[in-house]
Amino acid sequence: MILRGKSHKFGDDINTDYIISGKYKFKTLDMNELAKHVMEDIDPNFYQKVKPGDFVVAGKNFGCGSSREQAPRALLACGIRGVLAESFARIFFRNAINCGLVALECDTSKIEEGEQLEVDLVQGVVKNLTREETIPTQPMPPVMLDILKEGGLVEYFKKHGSFPDL
Amino acid sequence: MGKTMAEKILSKKSNTSAKAGDLVVAQVDLAMGQDGTTPLAIRSFEEMGGKGVFDPDRIILVIDHNAPSPLEMVSRLHDSMRNFSQKYGVKLFDVGCGVCHELMVAQGLVVPGDLVIGADSHTCTYGALGAFSTGVGSTELAAVMIGGKLWFKVPETIKVNLVGQLPPGVFSKDVILHLAGKLGADGATYRSLEFYGPVIDNLEVEERLTISNMAVEVGAKTGLIPPDEKTIAWVKQRSKREFEPVYADSDAHYIDTITLDCSSLSPQIALPHRVDQVSSVEEINQEIPIQEAFLGTCTNGRAKDIEVAARILTGKKIDPRVRLIVAPASREIFMQAVKAGWVEAIVEAGGTFVTPGCGPCVGTHQGVPGDGWNVISTANRNFKGRMGNNQAFIYLGSPATVAASALEGKIADPRKYLEG
Repeated sequence: MILRGKSHKFGDDINTDYIISGKYKFKTLDMNELAKHVMEDIDPNFYQKVKPGDFVVAGKNFGCGSSREQAPRALLACGIRGVLAESFARIFFRNAINCGLVALECDTSKIEEGEQLEVDLVQGVVKNLTREETIPTQPMPPVMLDILKEGGLVEYFKKHGSFPDL
Repeated sequence: MGKTMAEKILSKKSNTSAKAGDLVVAQVDLAMGQDGTTPLAIRSFEEMGGKGVFDPDRIILVIDHNAPSPLEMVSRLHDSMRNFSQKYGVKLFDVGCGVCHELMVAQGLVVPGDLVIGADSHTCTYGALGAFSTGVGSTELAAVMIGGKLWFKVPETIKVNLVGQLPPGVFSKDVILHLAGKLGADGATYRSLEFYGPVIDNLEVEERLTISNMAVEVGAKTGLIPPDEKTIAWVKQRSKREFEPVYADSDAHYIDTITLDCSSLSPQIALPHRVDQVSSVEEINQEIPIQEAFLGTCTNGRAKDIEVAARILTGKKIDPRVRLIVAPASREIFMQAVKAGWVEAIVEAGGTFVTPGCGPCVGTHQGVPGDGWNVISTANRNFKGRMGNNQAFIYLGSPATVAASALEGKIADPRKYLEG
């Protein structure tokens, strides 16, 4: 699985309220509607800037705060294919994989806004194509990789009827 | 090598000998969802082909975040929960019952030693009863509703010793805000916290809930407090369930140990827009006028919280430029506050009450602040936009700090109102 897209750079501790505000997410399950408001409180033009396949690149503790699964789902709906961060808050990390949003831990200090990235999920390698640099990633627990490969937990359950064996 | 509380509970529920770092599949005792997360869980449940729930008595749904409904769209989502509850015989607490995390403990649902998941990040609250409880997303809630099991990574544990004695006017909220300031917003990510020490021993169960509630604000998976006689008596008063408390072994391995002496702690304030940007009330040397004061939430909407506010406000008037909003954490607490005269004291002082539930905490209704407003709140989060307006500034403090600040119209030290 090779993914290519442009980076959208954020800092540390981006919480799920910033990803999708409570004032929107309580009203609807329409993720295309929520997508219009992703990151609105910290980057009002985010929705306009994103092209399908792009990546969010962030510092440490991405997705902290609320357990809302609308956060990874709304990111996906606005075109984001994956998040690369120094570290993730645990609920967001699980939710992302369960929704089929790629979430990889790696050194993001050498990725800037707008750079072209290529992610090889199976090899666990991020390439910064703009700088011609390769960045290794933290391996994901096999249970999560299995779920991600099926496209998320709903798809996995449809096919297998339960969680992957550990 | 001995085991921590987290390792022991996850071992017991997975029938393995689990150590930190292991992945286990464990049987869940209770699964909870609220109105911001359950409608999506129901959709996932249907998409997954769910035909029934693993045990209707072990699933609890609560309408608290956006209740009563402010919009027709929200009413439809609430109805999806009511229909699901009826179809599968699952317990639903409807509008006005209270905040999910208060109901889970006060209604005797959670007991020590349980493994509980909830589609709400503050599910870690039940750690105060010695239950391993943690937040999950909607689709994982759906998977648990179907099969009753979930996979967990067994966390490392940080031991937190709270020593000394809390001075008058300083509360468990001040302790956990201070700890959040020390640890930082990701200081315990992927880890469990275990709390010990005389400060914990001297706190009542409802005050301990405030501490465990905010474990997630430092990234922790759960915040466990070993059950003592107080806990056991408190739970037995509320629950008919049999239980066996779980304690850490004396030779358990902790990844870190933190000791905080609380004897000279002052009232603490988390400054906008970060829970870990914490300052003592004396360190704030500028006057911060406030336009809204909020008392309530799963952190601090309990009887003792309303009582201390009433004590400070009795016979006085709040600053006329402040809107003071109180949301009791449950119907029972609201009734207690009515009977004890706390409601009268607060309303006469100029405050107002909203439906038992989450109140304005999540920015959907019942007190969205205006542009440029400063809000002093007893909630657990002060992120930009959290209360529905990204032009507002949220400060967090104890219920006493909120009441004192409402009186003075600016962020204030409550200690002068609580002496003697």
